[in-house]
Amino acid sequence: MSTSEWPLWEVFIRSKQGLNHKHVGSLRAPDATLALENARDVYTRRSEGISIWVVESAHIHATDIDEAESFFEPSDTKIYRHPTFYEVPDGVKHM
Amino acid sequence: MTQAEQERRFQEKIEKEIKIEPNDWMPDEYRQTLIRQISQHAHSEIVGMLPEGNWITRAPNLRRKAVLLAKVQDEAGHGLYLYSAAETLGADREQLIDDMHTGKAKYSSIFNYPALTWADIGTIGWLVDGAAIMNQVALCRTSYGPYARAMVKICKEESFHQRQGYESLMKLCNGTPQQKAMAQDAMNRFWWPALMMFGPSDAESTHSDQSIKWKIKRFTNDELRQSFVDASVSQAEILGLTIPDPNLKWNEARGHYDFSEINWDEFWQVVKGNGPCNKERIAARLKAKEDGLWVREAANAFAKKRAMKKSA
Repeated sequence: MSTSEWPLWEVFIRSKQGLNHKHVGSLRAPDATLALENARDVYTRRSEGISIWVVESAHIHATDIDEAESFFEPSDTKIYRHPTFYEVPDGVKHM
Repeated sequence: MTQAEQERRFQEKIEKEIKIEPNDWMPDEYRQTLIRQISQHAHSEIVGMLPEGNWITRAPNLRRKAVLLAKVQDEAGHGLYLYSAAETLGADREQLIDDMHTGKAKYSSIFNYPALTWADIGTIGWLVDGAAIMNQVALCRTSYGPYARAMVKICKEESFHQRQGYESLMKLCNGTPQQKAMAQDAMNRFWWPALMMFGPSDAESTHSDQSIKWKIKRFTNDELRQSFVDASVSQAEILGLTIPDPNLKWNEARGHYDFSEINWDEFWQVVKGNGPCNKERIAARLKAKEDGLWVREAANAFAKKRAMKKSA
């Protein structure tokens, strides 16, 4: 029996209260409990976190890198969604 | 898209300093080079625990013992970050580890030298981790995203390794004549193997050119080795230790220290498996894998049992 039978987990850490959990890496573990304990030992040896999420990598759905251009096209072409698109006279304050 | 077009786009990204991520298209050789380099790096972290681990029970006091324990634990962590990075390229972790055990994959030759005295532990921290940092800082900007991120994390932790080693040597160098002599003896044995850590000279290095073009490496072996020599000279002076090289001297024209030719026969002998500890190291890794099998099996059985309870 090998460790490759252990599923791969993605590790997310909240570094402090008020910040979001951020992906830091992955590890292998037989179950969620051990994945959390391993994540603590591997990724938080120097007070890097106050909360850990682990998610089995197989449960993550991602956008297709080859389709990225067309997938994100709607957000790239609409420059009028940015405040800098609009001209405002110099004297206008608090805007 | 044709293969040539994909390769052109890939190289364009590299030129623009855009990181390559796991699912991006990449040349097969880029992938293979990275798997080879990252796994070799991971193996080095894991095997690197062995010479130091031997000294945990013999550390001279509780402070040094706690420090050494923390350092060895870091090395295990570094190995894991790197195996994870290799896995993002589609490599199989188990296979990588088995490749090291059969000798197909290498690890840093420095760990095939024994740690004979307590001064060796300080020297390993100062010189061996120092040389590793020189390499790793350059790798923080490597073109493959997961590798670069692992290196950033490793570098942050690694600087404690070098400083604790230097501090420990400082104590010995300011101690009794016997302690000072022990430190010098460690320096004499580790200096040349530490310089060999940067790998073959640029003229001999088979992978260098392509790796630099792909920005996997940012500096050549000889450039990094030179930086390491330049940095080490004054550090040795402050300790009051002599670098065991009669030809070491400042070259004003080059702006660098000149140093003797490395004994490449020794380097290749150790790489080929004939160093003082090659067999011992692999035997220790194999034993760890076999002796730990029941733990891995038990963890699996326990996970299954708990999952069944939950679903019941």
